[in-house]
Amino acid sequence: MRDWRRDKLAFSVFALPATAWLVVFFTIPLVLIWVYSFADRGPQGQVIVALSLENYQRALEWIHLGIIWKSIWIAAITTVLCLALGFPLAMGIAFAPQRWKNPLLLLVILPFWTNLLIRTYAWIAVLRTRGFLNSGLEWVYDRIDGALGLIGLPDLLGPFQPLELLYNTPAVIIGLVYVNLPFLVLPLYATLEKLDKSYLEASLDLGASQWRTFVSVMTPLALPGIVSGTLLVFILSLGTYLTPDLLGGPDSEMIGNLIARQFGAARDWPFGSALSFLLLYAVFLFLWLRATVATRSKGVGV
Amino acid sequence: MDNPKPIISIRNVTKRFGSVVAVDDACLDIAEGEFFALLGPSGCGKTTLLRMLAGFEHPSEGDILIGGQDMSDVDPNKRPVNMVFQSYAVFPHMSVARNVGYGLRVTGVPAAEIKERVGEALALVKLAGYEERMPTQLSGGQRQRVALARALVKRPKVLLLDEPLSALDAKLREAMQLELVRLQQSVGITFVIVTHDQDEALSMADRIAVMDSGQVRQVAPPAELYEFPNSRFVADFIGKMNLFAGRVAGAADGRVLIEIQGMDRIAVPYGDQARGEIGVAVRPEKIRLAPTPPTDGEIGLRGRVREVAYYGDESHVFLETAAGVITANRPNAARTTTPAVALGDELWASWEPADTLVLTE
Repeated sequence: MRDWRRDKLAFSVFALPATAWLVVFFTIPLVLIWVYSFADRGPQGQVIVALSLENYQRALEWIHLGIIWKSIWIAAITTVLCLALGFPLAMGIAFAPQRWKNPLLLLVILPFWTNLLIRTYAWIAVLRTRGFLNSGLEWVYDRIDGALGLIGLPDLLGPFQPLELLYNTPAVIIGLVYVNLPFLVLPLYATLEKLDKSYLEASLDLGASQWRTFVSVMTPLALPGIVSGTLLVFILSLGTYLTPDLLGGPDSEMIGNLIARQFGAARDWPFGSALSFLLLYAVFLFLWLRATVATRSKGVGV
Repeated sequence: MDNPKPIISIRNVTKRFGSVVAVDDACLDIAEGEFFALLGPSGCGKTTLLRMLAGFEHPSEGDILIGGQDMSDVDPNKRPVNMVFQSYAVFPHMSVARNVGYGLRVTGVPAAEIKERVGEALALVKLAGYEERMPTQLSGGQRQRVALARALVKRPKVLLLDEPLSALDAKLREAMQLELVRLQQSVGITFVIVTHDQDEALSMADRIAVMDSGQVRQVAPPAELYEFPNSRFVADFIGKMNLFAGRVAGAADGRVLIEIQGMDRIAVPYGDQARGEIGVAVRPEKIRLAPTPPTDGEIGLRGRVREVAYYGDESHVFLETAAGVITANRPNAARTTTPAVALGDELWASWEPADTLVLTE
């Protein structure tokens, strides 16, 4: 049989369906959005094709810059928390006995088997005023109150005040960390799993403490996985829509919600398009930064 | 040994992984300044024993003493030993100088002293001038020197080497064998090397422990191990050996009479008691080949040449005899392309009775 890669006809035939799909449903819409981003909004919300930079100027107004800035902050905090939680988890799985590795990985992936919407609603059930978390806290509170009553201090604490846990920025961050944690754990695990354990043993053998070995040997050698994982989490969090929509309050709107509003209620597609492209440019910027870092530390990765 | 004080004492050490016994009741004393080799086939437990010395594995039973101190509760980073790993484990994200200085930096040695000691260590392994190179820019042999320098710069009491030469090509390996011996003599540190390569162990070590299935079979200097193996396993594992199954027929004035299937009864000098079924062994290079029967006193066996393997410096002749196929090594002493021995030749193999080994184990 001939090498199919040399057979241009066969190659084209096999590549055609996927290529056509991507061109029709991805490339063309993307070009459309790009064209729209320079268009004007008609009085009824129509798109009037033009060549104006007005949408971009609006996007850079303070009110919108504030939302963009807030989105970057929320994404950054989410990424840091994911790293703090995910690094020990990835290490734990990578250094677990061989027969435990796959079951543990499965547990990390398991949440993906349930719809994101349902998982996010579950967080509402946990965090709301009369949710599971507040009920649990109330139970503990009542026990303490009762105990204080027994030693002659009744009503010292007063009635239980449920915590406001939902519809604010911390709730959004909790939801984002929950959703994105596997995207950090999996690439980091893949890097740590491949890491030659004798590097760590060599460091200990040379007199370094466990902590020093972690800082000076394991972290630098795991850097490719750390960079991939954090970048993935950051980009996914930055563009998120569902989590702040369901768990966030009026002051935790992110750029994804802003864009959604332009294509929905506000009927301002040109402005929404401009915002979308700004988000895309931001993602490109971070990918470019990553590539620059990767080139600079070439030979370190392995 | 010149210096009988043991730097390492391995006392009845057993290591089990689940139901697998990796090291079985090992007892060894290693003297200060000794070049000691742990030799055995793969899976014999030699690497596990070395890793227990480094502290990466803990004995299931028994004690390990280094410099007279019990190591049971001492972590790897607190032990007075350093290791050269089989994969070298040279940190890929650090320059040569930073690799070598790592063990000094983490223990808080002042920067000026680190610089000086790193320079000395690199000079010792002939890598002066390579300070700023990254490991990816080094050859396998150079990476190994970095690993050596990195361990030696710590001035350990004992240097542990796990199959240090296995990743090098044959020529480089031979050069490194000599260099490791030179290095050991110049620094005076005790070296414990793990190897499966008997040539490596014989040529480098002062003493060798042969291991098999977790057990230490024999501990002896190279020549003693080669000429006086204490068991069939050691005789067969070290070098090449012609082994016969024999039976003791009697003893008289320091000799035993042995019957071997297909041979005349032979008389071999043997000091100890021996009876029943025994192993009889003779090294191929101790056997001479001649067209005529041997003179009195020598053991002789007639056979037909079945195969000749040519190795350049010597040829191995396989002789089909009534007692089985025996191998005799013939040095190719004269410069000729005409083989001295041809297939089908009828020859006599002969050797001194004193060159015959009696193996009761």
